[in-house]
Amino acid sequence: MNDKPILRYNANERSNHWLVAILFILAGLSGLALFHPALFWLSHLFGGGPWTRILHPFLGLAMFVFFLGLVIRFWRANVFIGNDRLWLRRIDRVMRNEEEGVPPIGKYNPGQKLLFWTLLLCMLVLLFSGVVIWRAWFSQYFGIGSIRLASLLHALAAFVLVLSIIVHIYAGIWIKGSGSAMLHGRVSRAWAKKHHELWYREVTRDDAQDSHISKKG
Amino acid sequence: MASQDIIARSATTTPPPSIRQQEEVAKLIDTTKCIGCKACQVACSEWNELRDEVGHSYGTYDNPHDLSAETWTLMRFTEHENADGNLEWLIRKDGCMHCADPGCLKACPSPGAIIKHANGIVDFNQDHCIGCGYCITGCPFNIPRISQKDHKAYKCTLCSDRVAVGLEPACVKTCPTGAIVFGSKEDMKEHAADRIVDLKSRGFANAGLYDPDGVGGTHVMYVLHHADQPKLYAGLPDQPVISPMVALWKGVSKPLALLAMGAAVLAGFFHYVRVGPQRVEEDEHPGAPDTSVHVVDPAVHVYDPGKPGPGETRP
Repeated sequence: MNDKPILRYNANERSNHWLVAILFILAGLSGLALFHPALFWLSHLFGGGPWTRILHPFLGLAMFVFFLGLVIRFWRANVFIGNDRLWLRRIDRVMRNEEEGVPPIGKYNPGQKLLFWTLLLCMLVLLFSGVVIWRAWFSQYFGIGSIRLASLLHALAAFVLVLSIIVHIYAGIWIKGSGSAMLHGRVSRAWAKKHHELWYREVTRDDAQDSHISKKG
Repeated sequence: MASQDIIARSATTTPPPSIRQQEEVAKLIDTTKCIGCKACQVACSEWNELRDEVGHSYGTYDNPHDLSAETWTLMRFTEHENADGNLEWLIRKDGCMHCADPGCLKACPSPGAIIKHANGIVDFNQDHCIGCGYCITGCPFNIPRISQKDHKAYKCTLCSDRVAVGLEPACVKTCPTGAIVFGSKEDMKEHAADRIVDLKSRGFANAGLYDPDGVGGTHVMYVLHHADQPKLYAGLPDQPVISPMVALWKGVSKPLALLAMGAAVLAGFFHYVRVGPQRVEEDEHPGAPDTSVHVVDPAVHVYDPGKPGPGETRP
C-alpha cells in the first residue's frame, strides 16, 4: 500500500495563491481605511492618508492580475458536478463535522466552488468600478452618476469579498490539513479520501496505472 | 475661527464641539442685479492668491471655462429665450453653496479634511486632504476640484479667514452693483424677500429665493428671476440632494458592513469552540483503491507486543 502524501498544490500554485493573499490583505486594509472612519488609522500602515490613496488602486490591480493566474489554473476543478447539489443540501451536517450522508466530492467541495466564482465576480466588479473611481487617471472620462454607482458597487463588492475571505480563512483553520496543503503542497492520503474522495480516487487511479505499467515494463 | 466653532467634521463619528451657538451667515447673490463684470472672480483670485492658467475660449463669456483648483468662483452665462420671444442673459456666479448638510463632508474618508463651522461655512483643510476625490462624488453642485499640482481638493472658502475677523468675503466687497451681499442668514432672507417683491412688481412672477431644502438650506443663496426653473441658470439643480447612492455608500452601509465583518469572524470563532476542528483520524488509513477482496478472519486477533493495551479485547 502506498502511504506517500499526495501533491495537491505545486510550488507555482502555492506561490500564486500566497501572492494573491498578501495583495488581498494590503488592498483590503488600505480599502477599509477609506471605508469607515473607525478604520482610518489603518492608513498609517501605508505611510498616511495620501499614500494609502495612491497605493490602494495599484495593490488592487496587482491582486486582480495574480488572481487571474489562479482562475486559469483552477477554474476547471471548480465546475459544479452532480454530487455538489446533494452536498450543499447536507451543508448542515458538514458544518457539524458529520460525514453520514455527505456525498463524496471532487478536488473542491461546492462551498469552495461557490467561493471561487464569488471571488471572481467580486474581483471583476472591483476592477471595473475601481477604474471609474480612480481619480488620478480615469475618473475624468466618466459622468458623476457612473462615479457614484461605481463607488457604491466597489464598496459592496469589497464587502462581499472580505466576508468570503473570512469564511475561506476560517475553513482553512477548521479543516486541519488544508492549511499545510497550501503551505507545503501535500496532503495525506487519509485527508484526501476523507475530504475529496472523488479527487482521491482520480489521483490514486493514476498511481495504480503508473505502478501497473512500471511493473509490466 | 476657533476650534469650538467646528460643528461638523468629516469621517468623525463622535459629537463635535457644540457648546457654543453662533449666528449663521449667508452670502446672497442676486442674479437679477448681476452685470457679469467678473470683478468677483478677480477679487477672489486676488484675496486668495490664486492665479489660474490662461485657458481657451469656447465661444462663450464663461472665462475660464470651468471651476478649477485655482478658480473657486466663476460667472456662468446663459442665453435664454423667454415665452415672449425676448432674449434674457442669465448670469450666475457659481461656486460652493456651503450646504447645511454638505455632501462633500459626508463622503470624505479623512478625519477633519472637511469641516463645517458653526456659522455655516464649509471649509476644506488641505493638510488632511488625501486627494481621493470622494468630495466631488458627494457634492450635489459639482464644485470641488482636485489640483493636478498637489492632488488636494479645493473650493470656495466663503473667505472664512476674512469672515473670522468680521470682514465680508472678497467677492462681496468688490461687487460694483451690490448684487452680492453678506450678513446673517436671517437678514439675507429678509433682504431677498424685499428683492422678490420688487421683481414680482416688475413682471417676474416666478422670482424667488434659492435656498434648497434638500441639502438643509445653503449659506450661499440666489435671488432668481425664474425660481421655478433653476436649471435655466447653467444647470443649477432644481432640487439638489445628496445622491441616494452616496447616502447609502457613506451612510447606513458603513456601520452595517463593519458589524457583519466582525460577526463573521466571531461566528467562525464560536464554530471552532462549539463544533471544533475537522481532523483526519490517524488510523483512517485508506487502502489503495484495490479491487481485490480483503477478507478479515474474526477469529484472528492482532496483538502487537510493542504496544501494550487492550489488544486482546478488540473485536
